[in-house]
Amino acid sequence: MPQHRHSRRTILQAAGALAGGGLLQLSTTPAAATPETMQDAIRAVIGEAAVQNGKVKLDLPQIVENGNAVPCTVAVDSPMTATDYVKAIHIFNEKNPQPYVISVQLGPRAGRAAFSTRIRLADSQTITAIAELSDGTCWSGATDVIVTLAACIEESIH
Amino acid sequence: MARALIHVPATAKRGEVIEIKTLIAHVMETGYRVGVTGKPIPRDIIDDFVCTYNGEEVFRAKLYPAIAANPYISFFTLAAESGTIVFSWTDQHGATQVQTAPITVE
Amino acid sequence: MKPAACVVGALLVAGHGLAAEIPLDQRRSDSEFISAATRAMQNDDAANPGMLAVLDGETLWNAKAGAAQKSCADCHGDAAASMKGVAARYPAMVPGQDHPLDLEQRIDLSRVTDQKAPALPFESTDLLALTAYVARQSHGLPIAIEATAQAEPFIAAGRALFETRQGQLNLACAQCHDDNWGKRLAGNLIPQAQPTGYPIYRLQWQELGSLQRRLRDCMTAMRSEAYDYGAPELVDLEFYLMWRARGLAMETPAVRP
Repeated sequence: MPQHRHSRRTILQAAGALAGGGLLQLSTTPAAATPETMQDAIRAVIGEAAVQNGKVKLDLPQIVENGNAVPCTVAVDSPMTATDYVKAIHIFNEKNPQPYVISVQLGPRAGRAAFSTRIRLADSQTITAIAELSDGTCWSGATDVIVTLAACIEESIH
Repeated sequence: MARALIHVPATAKRGEVIEIKTLIAHVMETGYRVGVTGKPIPRDIIDDFVCTYNGEEVFRAKLYPAIAANPYISFFTLAAESGTIVFSWTDQHGATQVQTAPITVE
Repeated sequence: MKPAACVVGALLVAGHGLAAEIPLDQRRSDSEFISAATRAMQNDDAANPGMLAVLDGETLWNAKAGAAQKSCADCHGDAAASMKGVAARYPAMVPGQDHPLDLEQRIDLSRVTDQKAPALPFESTDLLALTAYVARQSHGLPIAIEATAQAEPFIAAGRALFETRQGQLNLACAQCHDDNWGKRLAGNLIPQAQPTGYPIYRLQWQELGSLQRRLRDCMTAMRSEAYDYGAPELVDLEFYLMWRARGLAMETPAVRP
């Protein structure tokens, strides 16, 4: 009898895992990034380096009309000389389906450690940028964005 | 392949920091949108962008689905010498599109 | 993250008669009701995603097509010269047609009649690109629609559609866009609905789209049944809206949320 119960529990657990995995694929709401998974993603990119707050300025509109294309500018305070420059800038988010946004590599030839792009934001959230400097230090900056929902959004009838 | 729009100043002074603007037509399908059939539309994104200046890499970006459709990337580079600036976008299937712009540096 | 229904019904008070037209000197482009970030995207040709379609349109303008193997350029030459001011006068009465045509329909008429090519379907990438390219040649020019004796009944029909309540919410376009422009609807500013920049790059669509597409979207949001593409009602509405916007500058390709 105990054997029967044990094997039934195992089967149910296995079925649950399978169902969970299968449901995830069919779900219209994908698992979202969280502040924790974002921290994991940051560690995955820059390793164990200590991150200090500063030098990084993230520019996004405070309020966004549509999260499909949000202008985003990052600028890092650096002389960009051959011996003192920004080698990489990474942008992360905490509420999109995954935490990565863009990873940029630069060198002294950049002249200025800054770039602009347009990003997708699934919800109001904090966006974080991490800069890796040539001296091995890492710096961060963050900004909050409110993503509004237009009053009249229609399912596409195109 | 896809239409691209590049803005590079035609001329610049040696050592000047110039701004380059790039825009390329691409749906950047995230893989999270659900189609009319109820099935997710497969991910289809450009995931690499590289800029070289007379052969030397001066800017590289790894793009994720969080980059908006019709990716716009603007960045800076030192006007080091006259020559050719080359832009290449590679999608997740490995297809690459290359575009070039000349620059005259005085 | 899409709401199932527009929130409008709860916010607007019922009981409107014929709406008052916006005084001519108070008319503003919809560009003034979008965020600064969206406006900046529109005004930078290097960043405006609609410009990609304009470039595609230029390629199509120069491409031979149809049994006649002619390009638009073969007859019309340089679009910057020949198409200057054209989009600012559309929709228009066209000789031989019993109903006004919008710009997309006029382009298709040439394709079929002069290039002997099949018409491009509404909302196809090619038709949007060609329309965007032609309309771009009127950028900065004032919309120049005149209510001539011939045009008047169609413009009036469009106005009637604009001012008539419709759909499950029993709403007329005029209630938002004539009576409540500048006020907020669930966090967004209500524009006057001046179609100065079509085809537009709409951030929600993540692509370029026509005025007809936008009108159909609006009607759906109002819980009304949208007219089919090419329906005379849609063209009448476009005609009225462009006449209502007369004097405002063309901005194609505009960027909208």
